[in-house]
Amino acid sequence: MAALLDVSGVTLRYKTSSAVVTATERVDFSVDRSDRFVLLGPSGCGKSTLLKAVGGYMKPSEGTMRINGREISEPGADRMMIFQEFDQLLPWKTVLENVMFPLLMARKLPRKEAEPRARAYIEKVGLTRVVDSYPHTLSGGMKQRVAIARGMAMEPDILLMDEPFAALDALTRRTCQDELLQLWSETKFTVLFVTHSIAEAIKIGNRILLLSPHPGRVKAEIVDVDRVSAEDGSAAKLEKQIHDLLFAANATAR
Amino acid sequence: MGEARILLRDASSAAAAPADVERKLGVAELLWNDGFVRKTVIVILLAAAWEIYGVLLDNPLLFPSFHDTVISMYERIKDGTIPLRAWASLKVLFMGYVVGIVLAAIFTILAISTRIGTDFLETVTAMFAPLPAIALLPLALIWFGLGNGSLVFVLVHSVLWPVALNTHSGFKSVSNTLRMVGRNYGLRGLPYVARILIPAAFGPILTGLKIGWAFAWRTLIAAELVFGVSSGQGGLGWFIFENRNLLDIPAVFAGLLTVIVIGLVVENLIFRTIERNTVQKWGTQT
Repeated sequence: MAALLDVSGVTLRYKTSSAVVTATERVDFSVDRSDRFVLLGPSGCGKSTLLKAVGGYMKPSEGTMRINGREISEPGADRMMIFQEFDQLLPWKTVLENVMFPLLMARKLPRKEAEPRARAYIEKVGLTRVVDSYPHTLSGGMKQRVAIARGMAMEPDILLMDEPFAALDALTRRTCQDELLQLWSETKFTVLFVTHSIAEAIKIGNRILLLSPHPGRVKAEIVDVDRVSAEDGSAAKLEKQIHDLLFAANATAR
Repeated sequence: MGEARILLRDASSAAAAPADVERKLGVAELLWNDGFVRKTVIVILLAAAWEIYGVLLDNPLLFPSFHDTVISMYERIKDGTIPLRAWASLKVLFMGYVVGIVLAAIFTILAISTRIGTDFLETVTAMFAPLPAIALLPLALIWFGLGNGSLVFVLVHSVLWPVALNTHSGFKSVSNTLRMVGRNYGLRGLPYVARILIPAAFGPILTGLKIGWAFAWRTLIAAELVFGVSSGQGGLGWFIFENRNLLDIPAVFAGLLTVIVIGLVVENLIFRTIERNTVQKWGTQT
């Protein structure tokens, strides 16, 4: 079976005012349908840049990225982004309008089809109560849930999540992670998830791509992550293994 | 290894004496929290100070008292002069304001779509924004003659630059996340500007519109004052000028008061209402 998302030999460079920085070098990975694929690495490993490239916001200087066999050339609603920042919701629209907006704009659905669909997804993330509220009245966790509902309502080929829970407090983060897994078990969507937290990567992912920094290269790929469990201590063991892998790399690099 | 213990608090003691979670504010406090009430009080105090000074001075030729002015204003409103003159001014103002905003929109859209457009807007704004609109009036009279054309020209000049400047800086300050969200939905070109940039930058745009309105109103009255009547019937500026020549000072004051009242109404009714229904409702401005 062909992979849903195929990234091969991708080198990403971006210009700052004084230099050209290589963010990732010759990165290969592929994501299958219904994968919860996590890009994990310390800051500076180019994982967010990689996600933005998959989103179509920047072009690789080398290599190819294909989704469903099509080359990625620009942003599109087949790859819905969910950002870390709370200001990703449009402040001039209510929760319902925010979820409906891409359905109307990108999917060109008629209003009376978009509304029940938006309401259904808002219900899924448990926010029916605030459906007519404006984003500034919501808490950070609620805003991220709306963003997730907005992404899922589009039923895209892949959801791209850029550290969506990083700015949340620890308790809310844990609830949001549980909810995301719950949603996944209901609809089996495909998600590409970026994080710098090893524990979060193990909890969310079924596959983890480990990146090393400066420039970002693939260090390892960890598969069958969903076999480990928090109860018998295997998750903690894996967490320690990954930690050692990253830490050892830093020690030898110096 | 020891173990932590959990000590549950008795919930019944809290239920026995429920604390005041919410307290209603008194009427006086509620009134004082209303910005409109506070501003009205300020206006009344200013009017009172005017009245007292005017009565003490007792020289209606130099400084008529508040009630003289109000009486004169009432008479001029009743005989239809002031409404007619105000309407004449507002008509011209409206034309200049709309043309200025349309031009500002074109300039800023060019400025955000190309880098050279940005440079053009920034340079031109820096050149013309400090130029007083009145200073262009002599030239405008040569180009467009004694008529509304000249007035509209100077009005456009006074509206265009502040609106363009504020709109452009508003667009520039739209967060990168929102831009990426817009592009994620495949929005590009004018739909992107209309659906993402304009609402996201609505606060600064509204500020620009307010400044533009104030500049335009000021420029118009001054232009009418300096160059008098333009084709047939004059506006409020001409009304003030005319009555000064007749030494009807209370009427001059009545004209000035009308200018102020119209300014206050536009600011506090029109712009405040827009603000309340947009940026305040969205929480993007307090």
